[in-house]
Amino acid sequence: MGDRVMGDDGTVSLTDNSLIVDISDALSEKDKVKFTVHTRTTLKNFNKPEFHVVRQHEEFIWLHDRYEENPVYAGYIIPPPPPRPNFDASREKLQRLGEGEGTMTKEEFNKMKQELEAEYLATFKKTVAMHEVFLTRLASHVMFREDEHLHVFLEFDQDLCARPRGRFQQFGGFVKSLGSTTDQYYLNVTVRDVHDFFEKQMNSLTEYHGKLKEGTVKTDKMTEKHKEVADSYIKISGGLVQLANIDPGPLDKYLMKVADGFEKARKLESRVASDEDLKLADTLRYYMRDSQAAMALLVRRLKCLATYEAANRALERARQKNKDIHAAPEVQEAEKAQTEACERFDSISTQAKEELLDFKTRRLHAFRKSLIELAELEIKHARTQQDLFKKSLQNLQELM
Amino acid sequence: MADSVEPPPLFENVDMKREEAEDDDLFESAVQSQPSANLCLEEDGHDLLNGDSDIGEEIDKLMLNDKSEMENVPINNQSTIATPTMEEVEAEGGDQFIEITITEPQKVGDGMGAYMAYRVLTHTNMPFFKKREFAVMRRFSDFLGLHDKLTEKYLKVGRIIPPAPEKNVIGKAKIKMAQSEQAGNGSDFIERRRAALERYLRRTSQHPVLIVDPDFREFLECDIELPKATNTSALSGAGVMRFINKVGETVNKITYKMEETDPWFENKLVHVEGLENQLRKLHYNVEAMVSYRKELANLTNGVSRSAAMLSVCEDHNLLSRALSQLADTEEKVEAVHMEQANTDFYILCEMLKDYLGLLGSVRDAFHERTKMFQLWQHSQQMLTKKREAKAKLELQGRTDKVDQAGVEVIEWEAKVERSQESFDRISKMIKLEMDRFEKCRIQDFKVTFIKYLENHMEHQAQLVKYWDDFLPEAKAIA
Repeated sequence: MGDRVMGDDGTVSLTDNSLIVDISDALSEKDKVKFTVHTRTTLKNFNKPEFHVVRQHEEFIWLHDRYEENPVYAGYIIPPPPPRPNFDASREKLQRLGEGEGTMTKEEFNKMKQELEAEYLATFKKTVAMHEVFLTRLASHVMFREDEHLHVFLEFDQDLCARPRGRFQQFGGFVKSLGSTTDQYYLNVTVRDVHDFFEKQMNSLTEYHGKLKEGTVKTDKMTEKHKEVADSYIKISGGLVQLANIDPGPLDKYLMKVADGFEKARKLESRVASDEDLKLADTLRYYMRDSQAAMALLVRRLKCLATYEAANRALERARQKNKDIHAAPEVQEAEKAQTEACERFDSISTQAKEELLDFKTRRLHAFRKSLIELAELEIKHARTQQDLFKKSLQNLQELM
Repeated sequence: MADSVEPPPLFENVDMKREEAEDDDLFESAVQSQPSANLCLEEDGHDLLNGDSDIGEEIDKLMLNDKSEMENVPINNQSTIATPTMEEVEAEGGDQFIEITITEPQKVGDGMGAYMAYRVLTHTNMPFFKKREFAVMRRFSDFLGLHDKLTEKYLKVGRIIPPAPEKNVIGKAKIKMAQSEQAGNGSDFIERRRAALERYLRRTSQHPVLIVDPDFREFLECDIELPKATNTSALSGAGVMRFINKVGETVNKITYKMEETDPWFENKLVHVEGLENQLRKLHYNVEAMVSYRKELANLTNGVSRSAAMLSVCEDHNLLSRALSQLADTEEKVEAVHMEQANTDFYILCEMLKDYLGLLGSVRDAFHERTKMFQLWQHSQQMLTKKREAKAKLELQGRTDKVDQAGVEVIEWEAKVERSQESFDRISKMIKLEMDRFEKCRIQDFKVTFIKYLENHMEHQAQLVKYWDDFLPEAKAIA
C-alpha cells in the first residue's frame, strides 16, 4: 500500500532523506483523533530541520482538496485521502459487552473485553497508518513534495481553519460529481477522443473499481465473521472449565486440557482473522481508493478535452466573424486560448498515460506483497494450530 | 414384583468378582418374593410385573440354577459396557461385540402416506442372535415404539433407558444453511435424524440388559414390517393419555418431597442437576459456534467469487492468474470451514444433546424410586389405619368383625414388607445403573473429544496444503 516503488520517476529514491514525514503519536479523544505529524527535513524552505504539529482528520482532507483543485497537478493521480476514523463499531460492541456482563462468568467477560480492546487498538493503528501513508506518498513525490500547502500543513503550528465539510459532501461529493461529469463530458465531446487508450482505460478502471469495492465489502464481512467464530471459543472453553469443576473424578483433568486447547486455538483463529483483514481486505480497500483517484484523473483530462474543444469552436467562430479583417485581435486571442488548451490537453494526456502505467505497477507490487504475506501467515497459523491439536491429543491420550 | 422378571444383574459389571456379594442378596430376595408376587398382582392391581412372558420364563429357568451356572450363560455383555473398541475388555468371554449402523434412508410410498425408511444393519457375534449379520428396514415410528416398550418394561425397576430421538429435529433457524440448494436443506435433516437414530440404537445395545430384550432383538433382526406403533403419534388416544400422565408426573415431581434416608441419592441428584445445567449451556454455545462457522463458509464463498471477478477484469496476466488461484483457494477453504462446522455439530453438539436426554432418563429412574417410596409410605399409613381399626373393634368387642380386620392387617403387613423390598431393590438397581452409566459417560466424553480434536487437526492440515499450493502463484506475480 503506497510503498515507495524504486525506479519510478514519480518518486524520489529511498535513500533521499530530504523530507521524511511520519505520524509519531496519536490520541483518541471522544469524537476525534489527534495525530502528531512529525517531519525531518534537509530542505531549505523549512524553518527547522525537525518539527511536529498536531493535526486532525479534517485538515488532511483540506490538504487533499488543495492538491485536487490545483490545475498544475491535473495530470497526476492525487493520493486518495485517508478514510475518516471510525470507532463506532468498536464502541458499540464494548457497550453491548458491558450490558451483557451479568450473563457470563468473570473470566469470559475479561477475555471478551480483552478481545474488543485489541480490536479497538487495531482499528486505531490502522487509521494512523492510513493517514501516514497519505503523507508519505506526498512527501516522496517529486512534484507534490514542493507544494506550499503541504509545507503549511507540516509546519504551521496553528489550526488550519479547515471547516469540516458536510459528511455527505466528503464522501458523496466526489462520487456525485464523477457521475455527472463523465456523462456531461462524454456527451459533449464531438471530437473523437484522440486516444482509444483512454476510453478503454476509463471503462476498465470503472469496472475494476467496482469489483474492488465489492471485494472489500465481502472480505470485510468474512473477516468479521471469522472473528466471531474465534470469540465463540471463549464461552466453550469457559463452559468446559465449569463442567470440570462440578464433575470431579476421572474427567475433570481431561476437560481442563480440552478447555486449554480451545483457548489456544481461539487466539490463533483470531490472528488468522486479523491477518486476513490486514493483508487482503486492506489491500483491496486501498486500491479501491487509488483506482478512484485514477478515475478522477481521467475525468480531469476529459474536462480539459472539453475545454480544448470549446476553444476550437470559439476560434472557428472568431475566424468566421473576422473573415475579412486581417490579424483581428479577437482571432489572435482565440488562437492563443486554443493553443494553450491544446498544450494543456497534450500535457495532461501524456502525464496521465504515465500515471496509469505507474498505477498498474504499484498495484502489481502491492498485491504481490500482500498475497505472499497472506499465504505465508495462513500457512503459519494453520501449522501452529495443527501442532497445537497434535500436542493436545497426546496429552489427552495419556489421560485416557 | 418387577424384580423377578429381570435377568440377574450379574452381567452388568466389568469386574464380575467384585459384584458377586451383591448378586447373592438380589437372588435371595427374588426367590423369596416369588410366591407373594402372584398375590400382589391380583389384589392391588398395581402392574409391577413386566408384561413380557418370554423373559419371565427365562428368569424362572435361571433362578433354579445355582450361581456357578449363571456365569456360563452366554449373555455376558461385559464387553459392550466399557468401550466401543473391544480390545480393551478385560473379562472372560469378552470378545463379544455388536455393531449397528443405519444406512440408506429411502422414501417409501407417495403423497400423504409417504415416509422415510432406514436400513438397520447389525454385525454381531452374540449367540442369542439368529445370524451374524442381518439388516431390516425400519421407519421412525418403529424406533419410538421400541423405546416405549423398553421404557414400559424396565423403567419401573430403575433402569436408565436411553431416550429416542426427538420427533422434530430441525431445531433453530440458526442451524439452517443460508445458501444451500433446496435438496440440501432436506437431506441435512435426514442425515441428522439418521445419525441420531444410529446413536440411539448403539447406546441401547450397550446396555447389557436391553440388548437381550426380545423386543429389541426383534427390532434388529426380524425382517418383517413391525405393527404400526400408532400409540406413538401425539394425537392418538395413547398419546393423549401419555400427555396427561406426564403432566401428572411432573406435578408429582414438583410437589412431592421425599424424606431422603440415603445421602448417596441426594448427592447424585445434585450432581446430575449440575451436569445438566453446564451441559445445557455448553450445548447452546457449541450450537452458536456451528452456526457462525457455517456463515463463515458462506461468506468465504463470497470472497472467492469476488476474487474471480477481479481476476477477469485484471489486465495484467500474472496478477489475473494469481487472483483466479486465490478464488480457487478460498473455495477450498470454504469447504474446509463447512466440514469443520459439520464436525462441530455431529461430533460435539449432538453428543452434548444426547447427554441432556440421557440425564433426563436418569432423573426418570430416580423418580420411579420416589414413587416406590410413596407407595411404601402409603402402605405403612394403611397398615396403621387397619391396626387402629382392628384395635377399635376389639375394644368394642365386635368379634365377628375382628377376624376380618385381622386378615386385613396381615395383608397390609405383607404389602408394607413387599413395598419396602421393592424400594430397596430399586435403590440398589439405580446405584448399579448409575455406576454403569457414569463409566459409559466418561468413556463417551473422552472418545468424543479425541475424535473432535483429530478432525480439527486434519482440517488445519488441509488448510496448510491449500495455502502452500497458492504461495508460488503469489510469488509468480511480476
